[in-house]
Amino acid sequence: MSNLRFTDTALSEWMRGTGQDSDIVISTRVRVARNLQHLPFPLLATDQQSGEVLERLTRVLNDKEDLQDFGDLHVIKLSEIDELDKKVLVEKHLISPNLANESRNGAVILTEDESVSIMINEEDHLRIQCLYPGFQVREAWERATALDDVFESEIDYAFDDKRGYLTSCPTNVGTGLRASVMMHLPALVMTQQINRILSAVSQVGLTVRGIYGEGSEALGNLFQISNQITLGQTEAEIIENLHSVALQIIEHEKNARARLLGDSKLRITDRVMRSYGILSYAAVMDSKEAAQRLSDVRLGVDLGLLEGPEIPVMNELNVKTQPGFLQKTFGEGMHPSERDMYRAKLIRETLGNH
Amino acid sequence: MVCQECGKRPATLHFTKIVNGEKTEFHFCETCAREKGELIPGTSNGFSIHSLLSGLLDLDPSGKGQTPGAKMAQTLQCEECGMTYSQFSKLGRFGCSSCYKYFSDRLDPLFKRVHGGTSHVGKVPKRTGGRIQIKRQIDELKKELQFRIVQEEFETAAEIRDQIRELEKNIAQG
Repeated sequence: MSNLRFTDTALSEWMRGTGQDSDIVISTRVRVARNLQHLPFPLLATDQQSGEVLERLTRVLNDKEDLQDFGDLHVIKLSEIDELDKKVLVEKHLISPNLANESRNGAVILTEDESVSIMINEEDHLRIQCLYPGFQVREAWERATALDDVFESEIDYAFDDKRGYLTSCPTNVGTGLRASVMMHLPALVMTQQINRILSAVSQVGLTVRGIYGEGSEALGNLFQISNQITLGQTEAEIIENLHSVALQIIEHEKNARARLLGDSKLRITDRVMRSYGILSYAAVMDSKEAAQRLSDVRLGVDLGLLEGPEIPVMNELNVKTQPGFLQKTFGEGMHPSERDMYRAKLIRETLGNH
Repeated sequence: MVCQECGKRPATLHFTKIVNGEKTEFHFCETCAREKGELIPGTSNGFSIHSLLSGLLDLDPSGKGQTPGAKMAQTLQCEECGMTYSQFSKLGRFGCSSCYKYFSDRLDPLFKRVHGGTSHVGKVPKRTGGRIQIKRQIDELKKELQFRIVQEEFETAAEIRDQIRELEKNIAQG
């Protein structure tokens, strides 16, 4: 087992905090994509060129008073960690699968509490990500743009008067900004309003996708909503648009929850309690069922139906029950059926402790 | 729902493409999706935003099929990194920042489809972007100037004209 501290715990320190509306919005993420002038994008860069990118960007971290607010920064080179650690970093959303599997001279810079993750030599030379618990889109953008300014004070970015910040993928050009909120929307799913809302969201320049699921399926009723447009709008417009749409979704989810409690409290209580019981005693648990049951229990806690585990514990379980993290805990090379057994064991033990 | 391709297996992959308000829905089973070679999120050879984009890039902006313009695009090449336009439209990614310059004529229709807009109006790098900020200020003032003239507020208009001249001098001096 490696001694990489960041993959030993499932829950990033920043996720222990709570933010506004954290019963519905689990976390907020803002990332900006930037590239260095006069060097080809990572797609075409030679090893020497990507090495230069890595060297120049990490040099910014040295003797920088501007970075004091961010505390200790840790540079992790992807070539120096093992496959399992990479997998866990992906499951914690600290790096992308692309950086883990395909980058050359790829690296990630993490703050102590893992609330900032700066990817180097991913699809773009530099991707600055800031993460916040709960619903804090504006705060996350403020922090990301401040970090961007620090890099910009030393690095000449690829920037064009007309097109803005130039990125490898045309979907990121302009502001290079992608802001997203991860939302838990069980009541909208149960009351079958979700599709209507999601299609409305896509009409206003935002996209929705499930988290941990594939395709349009959202495991555990977790949805990620983010801006699609990066060119032709200011950062403030993008942030405010996401903010106001997310606010409306929060409102709808709250109303749906209130209606569920009013109309079918017994049914919903039964569902929550059954899921809690199964999670507490099951011997085998696949990832799909785990996600659904954890969603039920989270809803039960939010609605006060269950004096169950605290929300950070639930957040932790979402990550802990992923395949990479299970292997990290119980040893590599397990068969999928063994994995389901260990997943059940881990959930039982975690819930039993709280 | 049944797969729209084979009509036999259940459709497990659904995606919706919305381009300028025009909605197209796709429903495939996994087998057909693989055969179509453009699906399965999260796998390396699978569906990605890039392969989706390449569909857009191949579109001829004139909408008339293979025109001389489209043929020319096949030989269009970035002199900096060597990427050709047809490579770009396959990969859905630029090779370097100069690609934006060399493919410039072809990019407006693409950006319009993807973003709705074609020009950046957001943040500008502080150190290197001073000139752009002044340019934007001038554009704003010019609009204001037009408005004042229409309103027949000539004194204010004259003041604005002087401000514009001053800013333009700044730019000329670098």
